[in-house]
Amino acid sequence: MTTDGSPFLERHRLRPLEAAWWLMALAFFFAFPEYLAVATSVLVMALFALSLDLLLGFAGVVSLGHAVSFGIGAYVSALINLAGWHEALTGALVGGAASGLFALAIGPLILRLTGLPFIMVTLGIGAIIYEAANKAVWLTGGDNGLPGVTLDPLFGIFHWSVFGQTGYLYVLGWLLVLFYLCRRIVSSPFGMTLQGVRENPERMRLIGAPVLRHLVTGYAIASMIAGIAGALSAQTNAFVGLEVLSLNTSIDGLVMLVLGGVGRLYGGLIGAPVYMFVQHFAQQQWNPYYWMFLIGGLLIVIVRFSRGGLLGLLDDLLRRVRGGVP
Amino acid sequence: MNEPALEAKGLHKSFGALKVTDDVTLRLDAGSRTALIGPNGAGKTTLVGLLSGTTRPDGGCIALHGRDITRAALAFRVKQGLVRTFQVSSLFAKLTVLENIFLAVSENEGASGDLWRPAGRRRNLIGQAEGIMERLHLTNSRHRRVSEIPYGEQRLLEIALALALEPKVLLLDEPAAGIPTDEVGVLFDAVASLPPQIAILMIEHDMHVVRQFASEVYVLVHGRVLTVGPPAEVMASPEVRAVYLGTSGQSRFAGGAQGA
Repeated sequence: MTTDGSPFLERHRLRPLEAAWWLMALAFFFAFPEYLAVATSVLVMALFALSLDLLLGFAGVVSLGHAVSFGIGAYVSALINLAGWHEALTGALVGGAASGLFALAIGPLILRLTGLPFIMVTLGIGAIIYEAANKAVWLTGGDNGLPGVTLDPLFGIFHWSVFGQTGYLYVLGWLLVLFYLCRRIVSSPFGMTLQGVRENPERMRLIGAPVLRHLVTGYAIASMIAGIAGALSAQTNAFVGLEVLSLNTSIDGLVMLVLGGVGRLYGGLIGAPVYMFVQHFAQQQWNPYYWMFLIGGLLIVIVRFSRGGLLGLLDDLLRRVRGGVP
Repeated sequence: MNEPALEAKGLHKSFGALKVTDDVTLRLDAGSRTALIGPNGAGKTTLVGLLSGTTRPDGGCIALHGRDITRAALAFRVKQGLVRTFQVSSLFAKLTVLENIFLAVSENEGASGDLWRPAGRRRNLIGQAEGIMERLHLTNSRHRRVSEIPYGEQRLLEIALALALEPKVLLLDEPAAGIPTDEVGVLFDAVASLPPQIAILMIEHDMHVVRQFASEVYVLVHGRVLTVGPPAEVMASPEVRAVYLGTSGQSRFAGGAQGA
């Protein structure tokens, strides 16, 4: 810590502990080549939870319909792929752009609401989009989904192997870039402004802030990132199914974020692997049907004992080790 | 330039059957130092709410520098230079003192749309915020969260946020309420050091302060303007004494009027 000790003046600086996460993600690539496919989906969900953190942790917006953004990105990127555009990076970008535009369209309408009405509206929109996708079989394949997403070699060089090496590093690369983007945003004056809106929107208006415009901007960015996550899911699974739009996806992202810790950016990056590891472990070693029992218990324990999720516990631990001096 | 900085005509506001603001007409010229006094429940805070836009009037109109703002959005009024403070502090509780002031400075300087450059490297914005902190003696608490600082400091921070917006018309709702007596000077020094061309309206109970600060006093009773005039004149008025203070306050009031 420097003399200042202010989170706000220091937020843009990289701390040594952070490097550990990225090094571990890289080490995983070499240590567990047989698990890369499942690890790739962990990274996708980490990215999804990261986008939710921007919304929930910084702007204070609680959405139960974030899967809509994920799903739009997934379907749009799959559709342009099936229409003949096989380049991966631009495919993911188009998926993200579609989700961002969706947020720009509905944001000004729904972000006027707060609290329970807003949560219910996001739930409603999620249900409507899900059923619309279910009905529009000609476009989405309905229950059967859209199989057959195929990609050109990445940068024209790296082929997409069945073992998922390219896919893992590809998603990790996206995660790094978008994480850096989020980090810049939350340490910028705009990021501070979002936190002001989270704390006291009425007072923000009284310092002259166009609150709705700031919220729509934040929502559009979060939605775009969720859309890219959805596109990555479509690309690395070579398939999109209806579950990308389901309430379960929204809830999964939320639970991962809360497990890891809200408002820290790393919450999703910690929560997603923990959640999916517990899920995998419980399903295979314990009971394939009742694994949510374990997740539920974990969630209650974490929320009960730490307001900051697993990262909050880590903070407390580090503080204790250093003898109470932060 | 004899156009008023802020002008309200025929303002009305009722909550149910209760008329809280009843045909209030008020004028603040550039550079005016105006006090708004009146007994509890006279509708002073409601009037500041109507002028600042936090409360919608039932009737009447408000003009800022000659421009009708009766229906204008809150943020627009602020951007045009109309700023208020609250009697009970309304701040960003989980953010630090510096972050609170930074929010106001950044919005005022048009930096709040910047998504890229770190706030911690915006030396000019931080410098401005630090200058305001110094003026209100908040520097020692700069990195403490608002929820952790004493109430008196929260009150000063409330004023700091208003000053950070570089207002042209400043509405202060009992700024000294809740500030320990020995720190009140900090507040009034900061108000006194504001550029002379700013128009200031202050709700204040302390007659010594009113006499020192104001060149004009509005007396509000039951939502109506009872009288307007220079402090000495208003305080000498038997009508004001009778209605505003009742018999019990007469002596205190007379004390304040002495030497005026």
